[in-house]
Amino acid sequence: MSDNTYEAVIGLEVHAQLRTRTKMFCGCSTAFGAAPNSQTCPVCQGMPGTLPVINRRAIEFGIRTALAINCTVNADNRFARKHYYYPDMPKNYQISQYEEPLAEHGYLDIEVAGVARRIGIQRLHLEEDVGKLVHEGNLETAQSSQVDFNRAGVPLMEIVSMPDMRTSEEAAAYLKALRAIVVYLDVCDGNMEEGSLRCDANISLRRRGAKEYGTKVEIKNMNSFRNVQHALEYEIKRQARALDTGERIVQETRLWDPDKAHTVSMRSKEFAHDYRYFPEPDLPPLDLAPAWIDEVRATLAELPAAKRQRFMKDYALGAYDAEVLTQSRALADYFEAAAKGSANPKMVANWVLNEFLRVVPGDDQKAITLSPIKPENLKGLITLIEGGTISGTLAKSVFEDMFQSGEDASSIVARKGLTQVADAGALGAVVDRVLAEHAKVVEDYKAGKKAALGFLVGQVMKSTSGKASPSVVNALLIEKLPKV
Amino acid sequence: MLTALTIHELSARFRSGEATPSQAVREYLERIAALDPKVKAYLTVVPETALGQAAAADARFRSKAPLGPLDGIPLAVKDVFCTRGVETTCGSKILKGFVPPYDATVITRLRSAGAVLLGKLNMDEFAMGSSTENSAFFTTRNPWDLSRVPGGSSGGSAAAVAADLAAATLGTDTGGSIRQPAAFSGTVGFKPTYGRVSRYGLIAFASSLDQVGPFAKDVADTALMLQTIAGHDPMDSTSATIPVPDYAQALRLDVKGLRVGIPAEYFIDGLDPEVEAAVRAAIATLEDLGAKTESVSLPHTEYGLAAYYVIAPAEASSNLARYDGVKYGLRVPGARDLIDMYSRTRGAGFGAEVKRRVMLGTYALSAGYYDAYYGQAQKVRTLVLRDFQEAFKRVDVIVAPTTPGVAFKMGEREDPLQMYLNDVFTIPVNLAGLPGLAIPAGFTQAGLPIGLQIIGKAFDEATLLRVAKAYEAATPWRSRKPELAA
Repeated sequence: MSDNTYEAVIGLEVHAQLRTRTKMFCGCSTAFGAAPNSQTCPVCQGMPGTLPVINRRAIEFGIRTALAINCTVNADNRFARKHYYYPDMPKNYQISQYEEPLAEHGYLDIEVAGVARRIGIQRLHLEEDVGKLVHEGNLETAQSSQVDFNRAGVPLMEIVSMPDMRTSEEAAAYLKALRAIVVYLDVCDGNMEEGSLRCDANISLRRRGAKEYGTKVEIKNMNSFRNVQHALEYEIKRQARALDTGERIVQETRLWDPDKAHTVSMRSKEFAHDYRYFPEPDLPPLDLAPAWIDEVRATLAELPAAKRQRFMKDYALGAYDAEVLTQSRALADYFEAAAKGSANPKMVANWVLNEFLRVVPGDDQKAITLSPIKPENLKGLITLIEGGTISGTLAKSVFEDMFQSGEDASSIVARKGLTQVADAGALGAVVDRVLAEHAKVVEDYKAGKKAALGFLVGQVMKSTSGKASPSVVNALLIEKLPKV
Repeated sequence: MLTALTIHELSARFRSGEATPSQAVREYLERIAALDPKVKAYLTVVPETALGQAAAADARFRSKAPLGPLDGIPLAVKDVFCTRGVETTCGSKILKGFVPPYDATVITRLRSAGAVLLGKLNMDEFAMGSSTENSAFFTTRNPWDLSRVPGGSSGGSAAAVAADLAAATLGTDTGGSIRQPAAFSGTVGFKPTYGRVSRYGLIAFASSLDQVGPFAKDVADTALMLQTIAGHDPMDSTSATIPVPDYAQALRLDVKGLRVGIPAEYFIDGLDPEVEAAVRAAIATLEDLGAKTESVSLPHTEYGLAAYYVIAPAEASSNLARYDGVKYGLRVPGARDLIDMYSRTRGAGFGAEVKRRVMLGTYALSAGYYDAYYGQAQKVRTLVLRDFQEAFKRVDVIVAPTTPGVAFKMGEREDPLQMYLNDVFTIPVNLAGLPGLAIPAGFTQAGLPIGLQIIGKAFDEATLLRVAKAYEAATPWRSRKPELAA
């Protein structure tokens, strides 16, 4: 294997569907999952005579993102037509941006294994999405295909990185950081499975130390962070093997097949598509007011990197915990609501990361807000643990009940009679009984086998169905054992 | 005969109760039935809906509440405009059977003004041509000589007005497609400033050049039509937000002291002597009316045609990409695969001229050629605009011939280049985005109309109407009508 002979050069093109209510160039809804072609009009169907009108909100979302990734917003920018024929594209050209994109020259800082890297951003531009083809059966055998234009015209933001990444881990880290930003800014829901966030990669290999780039290959169809990382790892190995054997790398587009865990050639043609770009004559060039850009800048939300630092400082969290909690703004907000006024934010973080994230379907806004466990209820549960009302063990089952019923912790504890027996008098009798039943263990303890104490605590807990306070039981046993 | 009347004359009769919109519509439908088989201006006539709209207008006049000067007026429009529920072909087989689900903005505005739509008018396919000979269906005849073309691409719109088959019509002008047929047919044709009238619902040929405008029997009617259709449309981002003045006001002003420019570059070899004589006489008339004439120079005129024939086909190749057999209009069956379906559909659906321009435009936009063709043509376009801007520092309007010659015989111009030369005086105005008006300025010995072109500053349509009105009032041309018998 020649892993050290070559260096990978990776650039990512990320398409993010913008969360505007209406489409890029018409008033149709962008909501997902409606009946085919129910969210269309003459404009997004590409009817003869129709004209596009720019969605101001989409421009604002683009500016917001551009500022967050340190780009220069081009006050003068314009749309262009990109031509190719495909039935999912109503006009057989896509309104996109070409020579004059919305923003350029940005960067994103990432960290991989403790090493900080700055990844350049070449450009950010806006365009319209295409429709979807629905084949009868599969593509090869289908007798007919139908087109659903609901998605046609949904605003897309394309962010093109510089070829600055050198490993698949860096690529995954860049994508994660970028996703966190667009989700934070509330411009994209970040859902890779549903295709709201799509990623294509350009990758080439060159001999370590070489200045010039090798022949690049474009990889598509990677709909998760894992897929991106695995596909790039596979491709690095494939290209290295090819270079080792003196094979020429063909400039092509390859599709990642996650089931077979390999990439397959999609277009073998070596020439680039001629998209015949030219300025969109139906839309005058944009002339963004500097005051508007400043206004967007002033209202930018706290970004993940800043929030991560603040969490580590204000809540004394470790880097990893802070990283995961700030991946999504909704999750970070959830944590902050639950940790508000808490004496033990680390404990809150543990509950959010270990229990809460286990039961919710995702960390996006929708998954978090629809969760039956509201942050104040999680906070209430933790207060009960801290106050000694219930044990940590019992709290886990209360948590499950909370998730099922949506009730708060104290109601569940009261209804089920789960209040921890903390009264030394009431527990005394149970402890006496356990000591009497386990004389052999008591002797072991007295003989110096301290582990025996744990067994006795367990027996008392068992007798009280877990309701006893472990610390009170512990204290009682230590007090009574020498007297047996 | 109500069909001989102008809009303002007809509207006066409606208001006085001497006539009703239904009577007018019936007379027009009868005249269309009798004469259109000869003129062939109409692709589609919609008698039932027209009579329905007329009845509604009748009621408004009965209750003394007409909507305005166009209420009940029988109009027709070029088949380039989308009309809800009425087949819209753009003169092409590829859109045969296409019934739009929406109205173009100008159609909505005419409907809101109470106008009655008689039908859709013939045109060169996708507005590409100067004679209607490129219509996929038939050639419209010039009412002044049925063996000659009416001009194009809005030939049907011009012929319908000239032959009294509609009170007024709408056309579109990308390189002269209103002004040239107006000149050939002895009607008034007005291409407003680019952005003055909404293009929403106008089936695009070349988006940066296309503009909607009226054909009318006189200047006053032209003003009424423009007043109704002009103004910003939120559905068209290229439509201007500049306020629309009251054009009727402009018609009341004379031209004393107005500065009129005569461009030397428009009086060239190949200009028909009879046309030149008529235009010179028109200039003399304007001087008699008190206008001050002076020579101006538009030095880049000769490059306009070449720039136009890069820009317009480039945009057309893009605009026409959507006609692929997938969504609407023609789909040729029996295809082996997707590409085959595209090829068969476009191969059968488009005529020769459309294919020629799609190929020209595709080539001009290709990687490696873009700068040499499209980029260069855009630079020429800027120079042509600067020529006009320089000239308009010294003059208020420019007058020139509309076309180098008069209406030619059908089938006479088979060489596409020779056909393109027809537009040499009209194209620079489109490239510069300026308003241009064609008005009858006399007849040849053979009795064919000659058109004077008046070019104005951007959004100064009012001054063009003012000059045109003054000239019309001082000359007898308006009263002559073609002799047509059923």
